[in-house]
Parts: sequence; C-alpha cells; structure tokens
Amino acid sequence: MAVLDSVAAPARTARIRPRGASRRERWLRRLPLLPALIYVVVVTQAPFVVTVWYSFQSYFWDIPRPARFNGLSNYSTVFTDPAFRGSLARSVIMTASAVIVAMILGVLLAMMLDRKFLGRGVARTLIITPFLVMPAAAALIWAYPLLDANYGLLNYLLAPFGVNHVAWLSVQPLLSVTAVMIWQWTPFMTLIVLAGLQSQPADTLEAAKVDGAGAFATFRELTIPHLRPYIELGILLGSIYLVNTFDAVRLMTNGGPGTATTNLPFFLYQKVDYAYDIGGAAAAGVVTVVLTIIVATFALRMFARVFRFEEARG
Amino acid sequence: MTAISLRTGGRTAARKAPRRIRELPRLIGWSVLGWVVAIAFFLPVLWMIITAFKPESAAETWPPQFTFSPTLSEFSSAFANIGPFLTHSAVATVGSTILVLLLAIPAAYALSVYPVRRWRDGLFFFISTKMLPIVAAIGPLYVIALHTHLLDTIWLLIILYTAMNLPLAIWMIRSFMLEVPNELLEAARLDGAGRIREMGSVILPVVLPGVVSTGLICVIFAWNELFLAINLTTTNASTVPMFLVGGISTEGLFIAHLSAAATIASVPVIVVGWIAQRSLVRGLAMGAIK
Repeated sequence: MAVLDSVAAPARTARIRPRGASRRERWLRRLPLLPALIYVVVVTQAPFVVTVWYSFQSYFWDIPRPARFNGLSNYSTVFTDPAFRGSLARSVIMTASAVIVAMILGVLLAMMLDRKFLGRGVARTLIITPFLVMPAAAALIWAYPLLDANYGLLNYLLAPFGVNHVAWLSVQPLLSVTAVMIWQWTPFMTLIVLAGLQSQPADTLEAAKVDGAGAFATFRELTIPHLRPYIELGILLGSIYLVNTFDAVRLMTNGGPGTATTNLPFFLYQKVDYAYDIGGAAAAGVVTVVLTIIVATFALRMFARVFRFEEARG
Repeated sequence: MTAISLRTGGRTAARKAPRRIRELPRLIGWSVLGWVVAIAFFLPVLWMIITAFKPESAAETWPPQFTFSPTLSEFSSAFANIGPFLTHSAVATVGSTILVLLLAIPAAYALSVYPVRRWRDGLFFFISTKMLPIVAAIGPLYVIALHTHLLDTIWLLIILYTAMNLPLAIWMIRSFMLEVPNELLEAARLDGAGRIREMGSVILPVVLPGVVSTGLICVIFAWNELFLAINLTTTNASTVPMFLVGGISTEGLFIAHLSAAATIASVPVIVVGWIAQRSLVRGLAMGAIK
C-alpha cells in the first residue's frame, strides 16, 4: 500500500483547501468516509497480513496439526518451483495479449458504432452482450457447443476453409482460453472508447474539416489524443479484472493439458483445494502481491494522466 | 445521462437531400458491416440459447442441426435442481449490493461534496485494493473463514462481494455527485438546510439514476463471481456459477442440459445489462476520467 500511496503523492496538486478546516469540521467531513474505509481495510488488507504470517508457516489444513514456523522454506519452494514461474508467465501472457487484442478490436468496433447505420442501437446491444454473459457460462459454451472437436459449431463454420474436426482445447489450449477472454472484454473496451469518441466536441471536428484536414489526419491529430485517457482507463480496468481470470481456465481446460493453461489463480486454487498447502499458497500469494505492487506502481505512473481528477468541491 | 447519444444525428439531418442519396451506398456498406460484426459477436450466445432448446440427441450431431423440434425438457430438468443455487446467488448478490451502496454513498460524499483533506489519497487507496489480486490471499481467507465459522455461509460471500465491489462503486458514485450543480447546493445552504437535509433533498434525487446504475454493475459482478464461491463454499452457500461447474459430465450426453443451465444463469444479467447499457458505460468511463 505504501508504494501505491507514494505514487499517488506527486499527482496531488494540493490546491484543495477545505473551507472552515476547524477540528470539528475536519471530523465532520471524515465521518461519512470512515465506515467504508474501515470496511475495506479490515476485509481486504487483513487477509494479506494473515497471508504474510502464514507464508512463514508449515500448515496443511487436511492434517490436524497446528501451523508451525518454518522460516523461509515456503519461499525457497516458491522460487525454485518451475510450476509457479510457469503459471506466472502464463498469467502475464494471457492478460497482456487479451487486453491488447481486446483494446484494438474495441477501438475498431467503437469507430464503427460511432457511424450512423441502420439498426445501430440493436447492433450495439448485440455487441455488448458477451460482456454480460456469466464468465462460467461463457467458458462452458465455448468449451462444448462451440469448440468441441466432433460437433462444435466453429469446426462446422471453418470446414469450408479446410479445417477438419480440430480439438481446439487440446491443440491450442492457451489460444482458446485467451479467445474467450478477448470475446468477453472487447465489448467493455468498445463501450469505453465509444464514450470517448462521442464526447469529442463536434465543432472541433467540423473546424478540422473546414480547414481541409483529411480523415486520417483528423483521426491522428485530434481523435487519438482525445481518446488516450479512455484507452488507458480501459487497459487499466481490463488488466485488473483479467489478471484474475479463473473461470475460463477451470471450466475449459482445468489448467491443462498438463499445465498449458495453468495461470496464477488456478495454480493457487490447486494449492489450496488439492494440495491443502496453506503455507505454500500464502508464500506464492505474497510473491504475487509484491510483483503486482511493482507492476501497479509502474502502471500508475504511466497512467497518471488518467487520474487527473476533476476537483472536488471546496 | 446518455453517454452514447446519437450525436451524429444532428450532423446528418442538416445535410441536403442530393447528398443523402450520394451517401446511400456508404450507409448500406456500414450497415452490412455493422450487422455482420454484431451477429458474429452474438453468435455464441445465440448458439447457447438454440442448443438449450434442443433435445439432447439433437445437440451432439455432425453436422450441427439447425432445424429440430424445440423442447423445454432440458430447461425443466435444470430448473428442478438449480433452485437452491439461485436462492444463494440472489441473496449474496442483493445483500452485497445493498451493503455496497450503504457504504459507498457516504464515502463518495466525503470525497466530493465536502471533501476530506486528502481525498486524492483516499481515491487511490480504494482503487489500489482492486489491484491486489484476491486470489493471492485465498488460502488464508479459507483459514480465517474456518475459524470465524463463516465458511460455506452466504454471509461470507456477502462480506467478500461487498469488498470486491466497494472501490468501483465509490469511484462511480463520486463522479455522479460531482455533477450536482453548485447552484443547487448553494440554494439549499442559503435556505439553511443542514447537511443531512441537503443530502436527502438535493444530492440524492440528482444522483439516484447514477446510484442505480452503480448498483446494477455491482449486481453483475457479484452474480457472475466464481473464484471465491468455489473456494469458500460447498453446499450451504453454493451459487449459480457453481451449479454450472457441477453440470460438466465426463460420460453421456450433456450439451443441451449444459446450455439450458448456462442460459438460465446468464439471462437475468444479460437483460439487466441491456436495459442499463447507457448508464453502464457512462458510469464506468466517468468514474475514473472525472
């Protein structure tokens, strides 16, 4: 947390001076914030403190024996465990490729939806639907009725192109799982970019047209800079949610074949639910959190522009 | 409110008729492209619904069957078992959403209308908790739940889903509160309204649509959540996504049954999302850009 706070600090312009900053007034302002703040600290931070504690213990919850201190051995296991490194790498690859592809598709779809065409409202409604489908349901629909080797719809649609009963989940497991992530999150990116496109002042675009700017020049010089905060926001929120992808992995491939699609959430799920290894899961969790904080620190620096908050009232 | 308004409508309406005729091929071109893309994106959902109405024997054929006599038998067999799961999901979703709004509205108020001194740090703290992957703490969460006797209870899901949705809700509601016109607040203050009355009579009526759309987003995320449910519940609090997990079978035909269950699980949220789509985007986009 401290790391994130220190990143937050430079962004502060310190122009806000709450009016009437008497002691009583300060507490009056703070009071409505406290319940949520205390709730979040207790429910989201306390488990991480406990995680740090358990990461130094040997504790298997299927064995009726209390946890005992075992120093850094959980950590040395984590760092020497190729399964952990592999799942970490797969998490990064899946999240990054899904977010990037979803964003590229999202920009294209948003530009399409920004044009006037017949039945645009209905088309937009159909396009956002994948985001609303329960991820567990989406995973199952893709795994069985769509991607199955023997009777899947995709093989049927691709048959004219010479595709013959491909078992997608065995041949291209990582691609299949990532495709579902992209399918679900492209609508989200589309909606955010579309909100950006439609908040573009029409008179600026008109003026560019009058000045004789071509469509491409207008897009590069006006639209892209205007869209930047929206694109950055989409990437940030998409990454936050997609890095936790679990449903698609659990239900489509169960982490396999082998460990081909085992990402961090699935790795930790296996440690807790199958290996009963609380200490090992905790150490892996701590390492994950430290890495996340490092990435988040860089991300927040990069995305500092997104957080140019509109000033609160004085 | 209407983030996706028909901005282009005004521009084209101003154009003269001959121009419109010249643009007709382009309009048709974009319409065709738009509909092809839209149907491609919607196809998996459509296929899920179609398969759900098939008899099991028609669901697993090559080539896939597009004409068949629809049946409700898979729906009725899914409904026969999904009851408790639906109840658990509904209680966890509604309970956590109410709790989120009760906590988020005052917090958003304290970060916008009468801001605390370090409101930026507050906002950053809330969003930073979303960056810590909850999966990292799943083992200890299990142990904590075990010792507090919350394991496999709906209370546990309500508590965790509230924490999961609270940061986003605070961001969104704050952005809606910033849109309350200053004049309204000034007028209320001149009338001698206290802060409670100001909240009830000035701010809440204005932000109510925003609060509703925030609530809908919380409903979507809570309804769809699987990771915490699968790790921390077994029977007494198992939710709809877990019903789907249990639907996979290694033997026999189960595709139609699975599709029916997936349709039942997804349709409530899809309908909610369709109705709320405009405010949904606006809330998500404005929450951070404001």
